[in-house]
Amino acid sequence: MNDMRIVRKDVDMNDTKISAKKVQVFYGDTHAIKDVDVEIKDKTVTAFIGPSGCGKSTFLRCLNRMNDTIDICRVEGNILLDGEDIYDKRVDPVQLRAKVGMVFQRPNPFPKSIYDNIAYGPRIHGLAKNKADLDEIVEKALRRGAIWDEVKDRLDAPGTGLSGGQQQRLCIARAVATEPEVLLMDEPCSALDPIATLQVEELIDELRENFSVVIVTHSMQQAARVSQKTAFFHLGNLVEYGDTEQIFTNPQDERTESYITGRIG
Amino acid sequence: MHNDSKHIASAFDRDLEAIQAMIMKMGGLVEVAIKDAAQALEERDVELSEKVRLSDKAIDQLEESVNEEAARLIALRSPTASDLRTVLTVMKISTNLERCGDYAKNLAKRTGVLVNMSPIEGAAPSIRRMAREVEEMLRLALDAYIQRDTGLANEVRHRDLDVDQMYNALFREFLTYMMEDPRNITACMHLHFIAKNIERMGDHATSIAEQVIYLTTGEMPEDARPKGDVTSQTALGAEDL
Ligand SMILES: Nc1ncnc2c1ncn2[C@@H]1O[C@H](COP(=O)(O)OP(=O)(O)O)[C@@H](O)[C@H]1O
Ligand SMILES: [Mg+2]
Repeated sequence: MNDMRIVRKDVDMNDTKISAKKVQVFYGDTHAIKDVDVEIKDKTVTAFIGPSGCGKSTFLRCLNRMNDTIDICRVEGNILLDGEDIYDKRVDPVQLRAKVGMVFQRPNPFPKSIYDNIAYGPRIHGLAKNKADLDEIVEKALRRGAIWDEVKDRLDAPGTGLSGGQQQRLCIARAVATEPEVLLMDEPCSALDPIATLQVEELIDELRENFSVVIVTHSMQQAARVSQKTAFFHLGNLVEYGDTEQIFTNPQDERTESYITGRIG
Repeated sequence: MHNDSKHIASAFDRDLEAIQAMIMKMGGLVEVAIKDAAQALEERDVELSEKVRLSDKAIDQLEESVNEEAARLIALRSPTASDLRTVLTVMKISTNLERCGDYAKNLAKRTGVLVNMSPIEGAAPSIRRMAREVEEMLRLALDAYIQRDTGLANEVRHRDLDVDQMYNALFREFLTYMMEDPRNITACMHLHFIAKNIERMGDHATSIAEQVIYLTTGEMPEDARPKGDVTSQTALGAEDL
């Protein structure tokens, strides 16, 4: 008999989740993203790498319209999520961000209990009919965040009392609680120690089963370890995009090669 | 894609240069071993063959150093892209060279036996010619490596055909001698192993040339390597000879 799950996963990985076409981003006169075309695959971890200031975070923020919150920021071009233009007037950015969740560099739990940190999103999006429903959603999210076993006996304790690594996994659990389809992570491990980093990386790999994950990282090794696709940005351009294995063993552009091998370009 | 610019961590450049210098040193020793071994065979020079046998130790030690250094580089520097390919190819090339060293040593050992038998007419000069060809291939393959010259590497790959043909000719010659007079069998068997080992050295030189192509382009050459050793299909019927 065919292993349906494996077959399905293969098919999914070829499906485009987000398609960006000719994306330009300006901060006032600063041209931060230049004519970027990219297809982000479903059920795949995509890493954005490149030197500081090359536009990784800017481009990531385009994918769930977080740039809307920056007054001087202007985005041009098309970004389609499952074929739908996310910059269409009829799209509600709050609804969009429930579908395209985000995890930040510094863990930022709300000053509330662990339980309420997770329950917050599902409550405002009306995902739970009753308390039992909500309990279930909270447990499922904490399990997906790979932190359930560590916090199940103290769900009423403040989220801010956890260790840095636990806080970050709590924030990931919070992001998945609203059942998003895409998870954006901007340097999610840069404030974590090496062990907590490995735990979050392991978690990212598990999340791939259910989500399309895009991660900005400064660590080449991290990109190589967790992603299947890698995009290299340089001075606002998407220089090279391909299978992670190919980017790290045989990049086609000299700028990519210089960056990943630590050379002076 | 290959990249000549410097690493930000200059110690990385020094390490990569050092490990490649070890390969070149190994290559030099192996070339001398092949040359001396073939000369010792032709001139029936036991002293020179003894020197070849002893020189193999230095080659083995260098191979070990290359592997240790490569392991250290992988552990400490996590090389990627062309750096990764450099480390992978030095490991492979050092194995190729170490095997060539072993074959030269084996040739020298057999010389020690052959000097006690009456010579087979014309065999030693032919073997020496073949050894010279292989030595030249090895030298060119290592030049191609240092210069990252895929054209030169491809030339080496095609020269392997000549070596294979030299080996085929010798194989037939030895068969003829053995059939003519069974007293030639022992000497011819030794000479045949020597010829076969030199043919294998040619394969290792070819493998080094292929590593150069992989290092430079990121891909192994696609066309199958030309193969000219047909002795595996040779029937022992006298009418074929
Ligand atoms: N809020 C902002 N206002 C003005 N300029 C910004 C803002 N955010 C980023 N930039 C500029 O846009 C460029 C890309 O920045 P960013 O996307 O943060 O790069 P990265 O994440 O790759 O380090 C930089 O030149 C940066 O100075
Ligand atoms: Mg950033």
